[in-house]
Amino acid sequence: MKPRHKRAALIVGALISICVAAMFVLRALDSNIALYITPTEVAAGKAPVDKAFRIGGMVKMGSVERKELTVHFIITDTAKEVPVAYTGILPDLFNEGKGAVVQGKMDAKGLFVASEVLAKHDENYMPPEAQHAIDKAQSAGTGAGTETGAKP
Amino acid sequence: MTTTNRLSQIFYHYASPATFYPLAGKMIPVFVVLAALFGIAGLWIGLFVAPTDFQQGEGYRIIFVHVPSSWMSMFIYCVMALWAGIGLTMNTRLSSMMAQALAPTGALMAALSLITGALWGKPMWGTWWVWDARLTSELILFFLYIGFIALQASIDDPRRADKAGAILALVGVVNIPIIYFSVTWWNTLHQGASVSLTKAPAMAQTMLWGMLLMALCFWMYSIAVALIRVRAIILERERHTEWVKQLLAGEKHAGA
Amino acid sequence: MLGHSQWNSAAEFFAMGGYGFYVWGSFLACAVLMVIEPLMAIARQRAALRELAREQLAEQLNKETKES
Repeated sequence: MKPRHKRAALIVGALISICVAAMFVLRALDSNIALYITPTEVAAGKAPVDKAFRIGGMVKMGSVERKELTVHFIITDTAKEVPVAYTGILPDLFNEGKGAVVQGKMDAKGLFVASEVLAKHDENYMPPEAQHAIDKAQSAGTGAGTETGAKP
Repeated sequence: MTTTNRLSQIFYHYASPATFYPLAGKMIPVFVVLAALFGIAGLWIGLFVAPTDFQQGEGYRIIFVHVPSSWMSMFIYCVMALWAGIGLTMNTRLSSMMAQALAPTGALMAALSLITGALWGKPMWGTWWVWDARLTSELILFFLYIGFIALQASIDDPRRADKAGAILALVGVVNIPIIYFSVTWWNTLHQGASVSLTKAPAMAQTMLWGMLLMALCFWMYSIAVALIRVRAIILERERHTEWVKQLLAGEKHAGA
Repeated sequence: MLGHSQWNSAAEFFAMGGYGFYVWGSFLACAVLMVIEPLMAIARQRAALRELAREQLAEQLNKETKES
């Protein structure tokens, strides 16, 4: 009786762990593993219809406009753009020229109504003085008015 | 031929629990001291010397515990699978005990990676959690550790438990490159690697030093705890052998 | 003591630029778990030694009762 119990426990334990692991794998695979699609993919009609999805890209310079409680901005991957409207609290790192991932649905007029806005930052860590130096060097090298941090 | 014989002789000598038990006892204080020294130096640099970050302000300092725990969670898994694999193929008892001793420490590191990651994600990204490829694969790593521990605990016969655990550990190794490359293979909210072997680190010098020292601290800590645990496992498993009885008699004499 | 560092006061140090909860929360989580884990491992080692001592004592008593 006891060895059989042990074997049963073994099988149940292994099955549970495999199931839990598989569940998470499937959850991740559910949206093709990618967390978001790009504005170019949206323009190509790859966005799901009548279903919430995420778009990732850069917040276009000078596009952020606040109308009462709603924030309007444009998310871009430098090739295509998607206008976004969002009502709610923005994360600390949300800024023009920085990466963002927005979740929501496309309305009939092509405006993306976001229910959640996440900020995406890059892997660079440096003191502010170093960043100023880089900005200065870049604007001196390529002329004023160039977009910095074009990579979302 | 003779050198390989000599090497395998040395291997089997130290792979014997009777030899390793006292050796591990001597090694533990060394790694505890190293962990403390690296920890003090790392915390000093991380909290007092490293400058503010240009975009995350002081919030980036979570990196000094987040990256070391994440690295260790992946590294310990590889070492654990290696020991389990050696135990499976060469039938050395000590290797399997090492794998068993490493699993809880690996699970702890994976848990710390997820906890500190959530505490970092909330203020910076705006969310505690997303089903992003990097975060999800790290969560799977945590469940692999838990699965390994649970599987071994569910089998009474230690040799069979070792075999079953080894197979699970080896299959799970597939997850390690998935975690590591997730940020380049898929669109993720998690940023890419700041430090890698293929490019110059994307961090200021002092920040990098703080992080590396903390990583060394976590590494030494993991070795120390795994050694403490492997000694307990040796005693549990070898209690009916002659050398354990002698060891106990010796300790009694020393104590009296 | 804080003179040659990033901070002008202890309060500033603990505030972490407004991220105090998150920074200290993650450091605290690490500290707590990394203290509990070795204590548990040491307790396991002690328990194994106690169990061994008990087994040996039982064996000895067994022998003695048989002899007498």
